[in-house]
Amino acid sequence: MDFAFLGSTWLTLLSGLPLTLKLASGAVSCGFVLALAVAAMRVSGSRLLSGPAQAFVFAFRGTPLLVQVFLIYYGLGQFRPFLQEWGLWPFFRDAYWCALLALSLNTAAYSGEIIRGAIGSVPAGQIEAARACGMGRLTAARRIIGPIALRQALPAYSNEIISMVKATSLASIITLMEVTFIAQKLISQTFRAVEIFVCAGSIYLLVNVAITRAVWALEWWLSPHLRARPREPAALEAAHA
Amino acid sequence: MKGLAGFAFVIAGLAAAGGASAQTRTVRIATEGAYAPYNFTAAGGKLDGFEIDLANELCARMKAKCEIVQQDWDGIIPALQAGKYDAIMAGMNITAKRREVIEFSAPYVRETNGFGAAKDSPLAKLPDIARFDLGADEAATKKLVESMKPTLKGKTVGVQGSTIHANFMDKYFKDTLDIREYKTTEQHDLDLLAGRIDAIFASNAAERATFEKPDFKDYGLVGPKFVGDVFGVGVGVGMRKNEPELKKSFDDAIAAVKADGTLKTLSMKWFKADNVPQG
Amino acid sequence: MHAVELLGFGPAGWGAALLRAAATTVLVALLGFAAGAVFGGLAAWARIAGSAPLRWLADGYTTLLRGIPDLLVIYLFYFGGSAALTALAQAFGATGFVGVPALATGALALGLVSGAYQAEVYRGAYLAVHRGQMEAARAVGMSTPLMFRRVVAPLVLRYGVPGLGNVWQLVLKESALVSVTGLVEILRQSQIAAGSTREPFPFYLAAAALYLAVTTVSTYGFGRLELRTLRGVRRG
Repeated sequence: MDFAFLGSTWLTLLSGLPLTLKLASGAVSCGFVLALAVAAMRVSGSRLLSGPAQAFVFAFRGTPLLVQVFLIYYGLGQFRPFLQEWGLWPFFRDAYWCALLALSLNTAAYSGEIIRGAIGSVPAGQIEAARACGMGRLTAARRIIGPIALRQALPAYSNEIISMVKATSLASIITLMEVTFIAQKLISQTFRAVEIFVCAGSIYLLVNVAITRAVWALEWWLSPHLRARPREPAALEAAHA
Repeated sequence: MKGLAGFAFVIAGLAAAGGASAQTRTVRIATEGAYAPYNFTAAGGKLDGFEIDLANELCARMKAKCEIVQQDWDGIIPALQAGKYDAIMAGMNITAKRREVIEFSAPYVRETNGFGAAKDSPLAKLPDIARFDLGADEAATKKLVESMKPTLKGKTVGVQGSTIHANFMDKYFKDTLDIREYKTTEQHDLDLLAGRIDAIFASNAAERATFEKPDFKDYGLVGPKFVGDVFGVGVGVGMRKNEPELKKSFDDAIAAVKADGTLKTLSMKWFKADNVPQG
Repeated sequence: MHAVELLGFGPAGWGAALLRAAATTVLVALLGFAAGAVFGGLAAWARIAGSAPLRWLADGYTTLLRGIPDLLVIYLFYFGGSAALTALAQAFGATGFVGVPALATGALALGLVSGAYQAEVYRGAYLAVHRGQMEAARAVGMSTPLMFRRVVAPLVLRYGVPGLGNVWQLVLKESALVSVTGLVEILRQSQIAAGSTREPFPFYLAAAALYLAVTTVSTYGFGRLELRTLRGVRRG
């Protein structure tokens, strides 16, 4: 095994990490805001609002992300005059914004459903109790439903964040120089596909392990009632004895 | 180990061929299918182009049965090494860098490379030189490249990744241009039309094929047309190393189609120019 | 050029090619899902009943496959797969290269990826099986294989169907990534057509519609299956 080669490859690939992280964090943030809107529309009880949200979720969860990326980048590229007329072209001209849009819409569809499920899982009794205490709808949403739903949604949502980090690799296909793009460029120079893909994979893995750990910490922090109680001092002393 | 296996494969192939002359061996040839006029996919998904015709001619002369398979460009050399097929005919230029990892036949095409852009683009003012050999005179090359830089400054140019065109950009205009690398030439053509990039840089034959389409009537070849240096000595058949028998049969077949004029006929048919390598 | 003509079945149309590609997508996804059932089943078994090293191996497998982009897994399989097989074949005295068809490569890569997700589904479903039911099976004298076949497997399947439905949708969509290995499935065929005709929009839209059609049909199928597995279950 050629460790010198692996080391230098790893370092070269790292130069693509900022773009990978920028895409992933951008998509997760924009996607989260959109997802809140999607979930709100879905639970609104109005068919006028929930219908479009349902159609959006159906379309984006039912098709591969790669198709969405191609449709937004190359497909909409065909409509330049129209987009120019509407002043949207500077946005769609840039591969970065196209990738960000595709990733955000995709994660919004999935996260919207996660949030909807989490809201649905808040026990009715707790909402009733909040109302009984005289909280308004907004206060109840902010003080009761929000925190409980957040804790409920975290495990599934952390999976979604990880899939977004992984999904940024698709941006390599529309000329963005993130980790996978650099990996392919290195392969074209050295023709050592397996070693280079292993290095690239390890970078994604490290990022995702870090995210998983961070979410665990957040979960722990948000669930004080589930933690084991600290042991009684007497028991501690007994353990030492 | 791989080389040994490849050698064994050829020996086995020869043994089979020698054992029963009626039995022909199968040579699997990879092409990209997205690089007109060299190779492309026609309506309905059928492969067509100069190299498809040429492969059939070569195989007839090699008395081999040919199977043409499609493979994405950026994996075309690794997949050859991984044994997915035996040869590459995909507009691949013979360069020193590629020679380090694979073997090439004698060249069967040599042509020029250059920019393609809108006819009213500032790039149209670049000097129009019919054939500039980058390797001939270092000082002249440097002078030409420097003279082009002010016009090209800040422009966005699309090239196909893992190609001599990408290498050319990296070597001469890395700091001047915003270089975008695409998976296929068809993709940079689409982005040229969409206005995401100011120009493309590719083989002139491929650009001519693109600009013939009605959508591209306002686009054309601009600037000097380059050969030499990073562009290598022409397009050849790529093979794994240590398969001398396969190389010899391809070389002989190429010499034969060159000698009897078939290669020129095919070149005129697909390139509308005589791109047969001289010497 | 009109979209109708482009997507139609005439000589200049790509309709037939796209439908053939859709069949390939379904085939590679089915094979990938089946391979994933094997990998996932083994990994779930290792995590439930295996010794410590087996558990670590299974943990490592699921963490690894869920942590790296599937695109990389497919590339790795494509380039590394034949090299590894060739080396293996040579170790057994064979000569020459072992080529793996794109379909098999794609199905195996999808199997490895989906296996990591299926393992979680099977494990979760197994843990949901009531201990009392297994004890009852033991009490009536069932051997382990018989208990597995008659009690555990049907229950795991019942609890696992919704999760497996999700994994199937995942596999179906991941199959689009296999296009990078040259397998002519829906996305690859649309890419070829978009490049050849310089008309990306109608073809990518057609691709999206084909995927939606397949996912809709399979959502309906899994819904029916779920109802079937729930026969005889009292609902609250």
